[in-house]
Amino acid sequence: MNETLKYVYEVDGSDFMSAGVASADVKKNLKMLGFSGDLIKKVSIAMYEGEINMVIHANGGIATVEVSDDCVSIVLADKGPGIEDIELAMSEGYSTAPDRIRALGFGAGMGLPNMKKYCDEFKIETELGVGTTVYMKVYNS
Amino acid sequence: MDRVFHSVTLDKDKCKGCINCMKHCPTEAIRVREGKAKIITERCIDCGACIRICHNRAKKAICDDFEMINNFEYKVVLAPPSLYGQFLVDDINYILTALKNIGFDSVFEVSTAAEKVSHLTRESLNQLRACTDGPIISSACTAILRLIKVRFPDLCNSVLPITEPIHIAAQMAKDEAVRETRLPPEKIGIFFISPCPAKVTSCKSPVGGTKSLIDGVFSVNDVYVRLLAALKKVDVPEQLMRSGIVGINWAQSGGECAGLLTDNYIYADGMENVIKVLEEIEDGKLPDTEFVELSACPGGCVGGVLNVANPFVARSRISALRRYLPLMLNRGISDATNMFWEQNLQFETIFRLDENREEAMRKMRRLKAIESMLPGLDCGACGAPTCRALAEDIVCGNATIEECVFKTVTDKKNAEVMDDK
Repeated sequence: MNETLKYVYEVDGSDFMSAGVASADVKKNLKMLGFSGDLIKKVSIAMYEGEINMVIHANGGIATVEVSDDCVSIVLADKGPGIEDIELAMSEGYSTAPDRIRALGFGAGMGLPNMKKYCDEFKIETELGVGTTVYMKVYNS
Repeated sequence: MDRVFHSVTLDKDKCKGCINCMKHCPTEAIRVREGKAKIITERCIDCGACIRICHNRAKKAICDDFEMINNFEYKVVLAPPSLYGQFLVDDINYILTALKNIGFDSVFEVSTAAEKVSHLTRESLNQLRACTDGPIISSACTAILRLIKVRFPDLCNSVLPITEPIHIAAQMAKDEAVRETRLPPEKIGIFFISPCPAKVTSCKSPVGGTKSLIDGVFSVNDVYVRLLAALKKVDVPEQLMRSGIVGINWAQSGGECAGLLTDNYIYADGMENVIKVLEEIEDGKLPDTEFVELSACPGGCVGGVLNVANPFVARSRISALRRYLPLMLNRGISDATNMFWEQNLQFETIFRLDENREEAMRKMRRLKAIESMLPGLDCGACGAPTCRALAEDIVCGNATIEECVFKTVTDKKNAEVMDDK
């Protein structure tokens, strides 16, 4: 059985409160499918961080989630400014979030590192002025 | 599964088949079928939200008949601290004396056991936190325990594995009565006056492998009139109080936290708020918080649906009553081994589409397709609380798409337009 379940979410960049809506829906669906708590936690944290990033840095984007029996893959695509130095962006504690976002308790520089930490496969493609796409996979062990 | 008994039930004659209870149920455990609300028992957590909202008083909590106390030679009543807010008195001893006078030989305050739980929690919190990520979640509210059991598999091990105060109180009261009367234990009846249906259920079938020693349970509403009459007759109350501020605080939201003597806690009340906090804990967003207290009812136990007094009035009365009390009178964790659960909370998979993953995936695919055909109005006219819930019911074989009134009407109109052409 190779058919996957596909969910597509539009992440609204103008509405900060909407960040996390897509990951909450994915979490609910994964629970109903009977996936392990460990997998659900990894997926929801990685995806939540990604959603927040798209809202803070890229004025939103599209989150696509594909669920199969052995794997959940998440693609987060935005048309934001792109990342200048990926290695720097991936280091813990580095953030370019503006002050107003930091005032809300975000922008600790843990977004990308956490996303990488919680998924089994992580790939990032970015082009300045064009956008960023993050590919993540979490396997059902 | 340790659920055999259910407190919340429907009075069919009073039910008009409106959708109020269905829309307010936090676990989507109600459907309206053939003009009557139907409770899906596996999903019901006995929180009482439907009792609170029903305008026809068709939802009720099953309690025992008060006369059953006479089946026992010696009768002990357990009084929860939320009961103290039900009456306007200036000393808790009035209420405890009146309780004795309505037919009991002795009265035991649940707050004495609550103080022991507070003490034991303070002593064991660090050790418990070392075994799990994130905060430890209070085990005081039975409805929340049931909610976690059915909706938050990952949090079952984060719940404080200490027995609810009423069951510890029952044990203490029973031991004391046996000691004092020298009667055989079966001749001693232990009774509880419950503020909510969840505690009624807990008396009948507790979680965590605890054995219930409570022989009968009555709602505050059931005993209110008798108690009020008895209260008026008390001239000089007996000195029966044996707990302090820490124990009595458990009547309201935030009270258990206050007894921990730390500041690093969160408390939330009301189902919607509670669910938001649980979601955050599940997502690992509260890693540094030590303790989380959650109550299903707004305001905590004073907001229980089986109470009579307005919860805000009750809270204010309790604040006045505890003013000159000692901080706490019950310490001692010498009997701590009996206070811990035999087993952690066990997750129940009732919300899974199917136990077989392949089948669950197939159903989920169908669910998505059906959901996209539904209007997304969540009107409830089909008898399910949301369009999504109707789609779930359809894939699980419990409903058909024709039940969507909106879709049926628009399909019919479209067909007519086609015919005209």
